[in-house]
Amino acid sequence: MRKVWVIARKEWAEVFKNRFVLFTVVFMPLMMTALPLVILYTMGTTEEMAGFSTADMPASFADLCEGMSGETCGQYFIVSQFMLLFMLLPLAIPATFASYSIVGEKTTRTLEPVLATPVTTFELLAGKAVAAALPAIGATWLSFSIFSLGVAILTEGPGLLRQVTGPLWLFAIVVVGPLLAVASVSIAIMVSSRANDPRVAEQISMLVILPLLGLFFAQISGLIFINETMILWMAIGVTVLDVGLLAFATQLFQREAILTRWK
Amino acid sequence: MIVAKGLTKRFGDVLAVDDLDLDVKSGEIFGFLGPNGAGKTTTIRMLSALISPTSGQAKVAGYEVGRDDNEIRRIAGILTESPGLYDRLSAERNLSFFAELHDVEDVAGQVERYLRLLGLWDRRGDVAATFSKGMRQKLAIARAMLHEPTVLFLDEPTAGLDPEMARLVREFIGELKDEGRTIFLSTHNLDEADRLCDRIAVVNTGLLALDTPEALRAKLYDRVVVVHLSAASPAYEKVVSEQPFVRSVELKDNKLVVGLDDPEKNNPELIRALVDAGADIQFVGELRRSLEEIYLRLVK
Repeated sequence: MRKVWVIARKEWAEVFKNRFVLFTVVFMPLMMTALPLVILYTMGTTEEMAGFSTADMPASFADLCEGMSGETCGQYFIVSQFMLLFMLLPLAIPATFASYSIVGEKTTRTLEPVLATPVTTFELLAGKAVAAALPAIGATWLSFSIFSLGVAILTEGPGLLRQVTGPLWLFAIVVVGPLLAVASVSIAIMVSSRANDPRVAEQISMLVILPLLGLFFAQISGLIFINETMILWMAIGVTVLDVGLLAFATQLFQREAILTRWK
Repeated sequence: MIVAKGLTKRFGDVLAVDDLDLDVKSGEIFGFLGPNGAGKTTTIRMLSALISPTSGQAKVAGYEVGRDDNEIRRIAGILTESPGLYDRLSAERNLSFFAELHDVEDVAGQVERYLRLLGLWDRRGDVAATFSKGMRQKLAIARAMLHEPTVLFLDEPTAGLDPEMARLVREFIGELKDEGRTIFLSTHNLDEADRLCDRIAVVNTGLLALDTPEALRAKLYDRVVVVHLSAASPAYEKVVSEQPFVRSVELKDNKLVVGLDDPEKNNPELIRALVDAGADIQFVGELRRSLEEIYLRLVK
């Protein structure tokens, strides 16, 4: 495990000097945190929310508002539209990071000297995966914590905060988030093994966010509302996907293939 | 130190290395010559446990390629064809990363030692992207040495360097040999190979020749002496051609170019015959075939 950490530290020292990666890791979480808070603040200062009732909500969403006042339910309805964005972070950040980290090594031909050291393929792959996934998970958790703090400050009473930090979203952020990060890293490794330009690799890897964006738009348009069952199924699905993707990515990440076929 | 038997590597239909037999002795500088695409880099990659052979066997310091790969990576250092440095990291950080991967105990001490040895200590904090080609190559050599390897694979160590930097690198390679390390040197610089290497292998997918530079010369060419005369005459050519030990003779300007079986034994008789015939001899020297001539003859 020591070498995994050695590799991860090197990755951070190098990739964080890339302004584009730094921008992605810092700016995206800032935006995803600020957006719902600004909307929440704006809503709190309008008169219209005071007269809101759960009857104004779509029926399938009203079930999630049990025990809430109409105003809190209205706020939760609006805020919950953006909660999925916190799950976008562990998908998008590793895709950017891993693309620059792996394709960068290909273009500068730095992998061969690394492979000539007594580091195992697992340690190398794990080091790169950890380096890409940890900042994403950290940024997601930090953003979500700041968001929760903002909710506590901007809203009266514990109703909305209890919903936002309830089991549904805590499980989504704390458990499903890292699972999504693993999927994103695996896909970025696969794409990077074929791409020669970090930007191309990043753009292709970014397609990984499409299913989640689909959920986001389905929820905004009222087709679905994210609930516990959905998140649980998502966790199971992503876990199965991770196992398959990791196995495939590890197959691609073979020493000989890297040296002779990664062109 | 390095033994290969029937070492073969195929990439699909392409035969990169064919049935290669090598025996590199401990503490020698072993030159590995061949045209582009001859399989030199592939051979180095196999011997340094980076890729596995399709067939055949190889051992490095007693460790078998394909079975003891991690052990080989511990005792071998490699200078790859391209320096492969992390451009955004400082020279010091580039080296400390590799020292940690090699489980070097005193990382900072060893990094300082090689940065100083190769004259890069004053630039230790500068990112590698700001380094000249020569400095990059020196940093890559330092990287290959951090774990004090007993076997060193150098792939074109002086390629693209200016003469002064190339000489510094050659001197450093000489010092490494003096420390008792075995050096496997792939190069296109034949003069460098001639000066540095104890033995040379010429390959073109398979092995064409393997011996000391002198032995290769003797195998491929007659030994030739050049007799410089104050005045040339066809009569002297005739006198020389009549000597039984002479294999060939040619008059060029004021010089007689004479092929002999054994110059150490035949030269006195040859000179005596010429002096008896009235020739004024200015000096006599042996015509030394360059390694380039030997190489070109072998690969064509």
